[in-house]
Amino acid sequence: MSFRYAWRKFVNVVMLSLTGVCALSAVFVLIFILGNLVYYGGSNLNWAFLTRLPRPVGETGGGMGNAIVGSAKLLFLAAITGVPVGLIGGVYLAEYGGKTFSFLVRYTADLLNGVPSVVMGIFIYTVVVIPMKKFSALAGGLALGVMLMPIVLRSTEQFLRAVPGSLREGAMALGARKWRTVLTVVIPAAYKGIATGVLLSLARVAGETAPLIFTSFGNPFWSHGWNDPTDTLPVVIWRYALSPYDDWHRQAWAAGFILLGLVLLVNISAKLILSRGMSSGRA
Amino acid sequence: MSSSVATVSIPTRPAPVGRVRSFLRRLRSGDEIAHMFTFVFAASIFLITVLLVYELYHNTALPRHKFGWNFFTTQTWDPVFDNFGALPFIYGTVVTSAIALLISVPLGVGAAIFLAELAPRGISDALTFIIELLAAVPSVIFGVIGVFVLVPIMRKYVEPFLKATLGSLPIFKGPIISGYDLLTAGVVLSIMVVPFIISVSREVLLAVPVDQREAALALGATRWETTWKVVVPYARIGIFGSVFLSMARALGETMAVTMVIGNVVKISTSLFMPGYTIAAVIANEFTEATGDLYTQSLIELGLVLFLLTIILNGMARIMILVTQGRGTSQE
Repeated sequence: MSFRYAWRKFVNVVMLSLTGVCALSAVFVLIFILGNLVYYGGSNLNWAFLTRLPRPVGETGGGMGNAIVGSAKLLFLAAITGVPVGLIGGVYLAEYGGKTFSFLVRYTADLLNGVPSVVMGIFIYTVVVIPMKKFSALAGGLALGVMLMPIVLRSTEQFLRAVPGSLREGAMALGARKWRTVLTVVIPAAYKGIATGVLLSLARVAGETAPLIFTSFGNPFWSHGWNDPTDTLPVVIWRYALSPYDDWHRQAWAAGFILLGLVLLVNISAKLILSRGMSSGRA
Repeated sequence: MSSSVATVSIPTRPAPVGRVRSFLRRLRSGDEIAHMFTFVFAASIFLITVLLVYELYHNTALPRHKFGWNFFTTQTWDPVFDNFGALPFIYGTVVTSAIALLISVPLGVGAAIFLAELAPRGISDALTFIIELLAAVPSVIFGVIGVFVLVPIMRKYVEPFLKATLGSLPIFKGPIISGYDLLTAGVVLSIMVVPFIISVSREVLLAVPVDQREAALALGATRWETTWKVVVPYARIGIFGSVFLSMARALGETMAVTMVIGNVVKISTSLFMPGYTIAAVIANEFTEATGDLYTQSLIELGLVLFLLTIILNGMARIMILVTQGRGTSQE
């Protein structure tokens, strides 16, 4: 009896500490990744890297200014195509939607969200690249934009739904039309959450590589306008990391450091804003 | 509530006219316009998804007619003679995902148990915050870490160790060539999906009613017995859901796998051999594909991937909903 009891206590301690080890190892992985990127990437970072064009193979130096600008251009395109659809569609789901059609939209949005990013690349290739007969910044931006839509849609809907119904009733009792209620009362009340949702979704697509390989392709020079192939940070990291040149490897680390730094910065600040907003909203 | 406000029209009047009037009134006041305006945007998401399915299906007519179902059972992938079969890629995808789940499920569920059952709320929230950041790390970053850090570690330490201890198993037989192989790809994938398993499982575990735990503890169960025999079984379906969700992610994961799997079109039993996955072959060969049949065969691979992920995602969602919807005694 007492042996059995001791054994049960022993199992209890061992297994519970094992779960702790599991949790810590997951945390360790992130620290390990960050550490490597800071160690290898941080040391290769300099002003020329951020502003210059890549040099030809064999010449050291050069940078990826064109890829940084390219990523920014694509994100801009993604934002102006994906964010309005997600936002306004989210307003429909939260404020106007009926039952059947809303379910359908929600379901397809989740489906679209789960589409592997490389398949999204194929989709944009067939509908944009083939008709235009060339790879372009436009196609890449659209690919990211379509990926943004379902994410922004669902987060907008969620934050609009969290707005208490009494606010809507109050506005309507004052004689406001429904659209005025939504526009001037409900959306401002959920503004913080919606904005952070948009930021988070942008951070997520900023790191996407697969949909860009055959939409915006690559281009070692400055790309002017929207109709030419464009380098982007993730695609350049991919190309450089797999190249046989040490100098390119160093640049891949540095670019990875920048990319991860930006993504994590947005994520951390968004989550901090959200947690603060949530607690004050509840009080 | 809203209907009683909106229908001011006299009830004796014929219904259609009243409906038209109230429609016109709402149109003038802007509500109907706002409704239609937002409807168009919501509908466009639906239409885009339909278009995506149509494009994938429409653009795979050639290989579907030429190869039929044999596409999935053929091992050759020969762009020169226009002969395409998906089996090596399906094999690679399944094997790497299986390795990923074998590693990440115990690790993830264990971590979720710690975060939901043991850790004080503050520590649990802080750790979850960090783990969710891991989910935000772009795929290509995992690829860079994989190529420069993980591959050498696997080649020098992990794989020789596995070969020395478990070398009699067919999956650990054969020479260790480069570290760019199925096993490394599976390990990278496991790191990428672990945050999803942890955060979903943790939420499902937190949703288990407290009285379930209290009842087990009152019967004299230890903390671990309570967790393992009461709480985890209660949340079982939701945890399975998180596993399906990460399986869908693992199948569709492209960049990190492409960078470490070696990219060789071959089915090998040994995990120390290079392989290929569906997503990887699309990423590598799509821009270089010459000829319609080649391109369309790659698109068909994309279609397969798409179908697999929607099935898995659908199942995952249903499972998570089922557990979270289960009644608690408080209700």
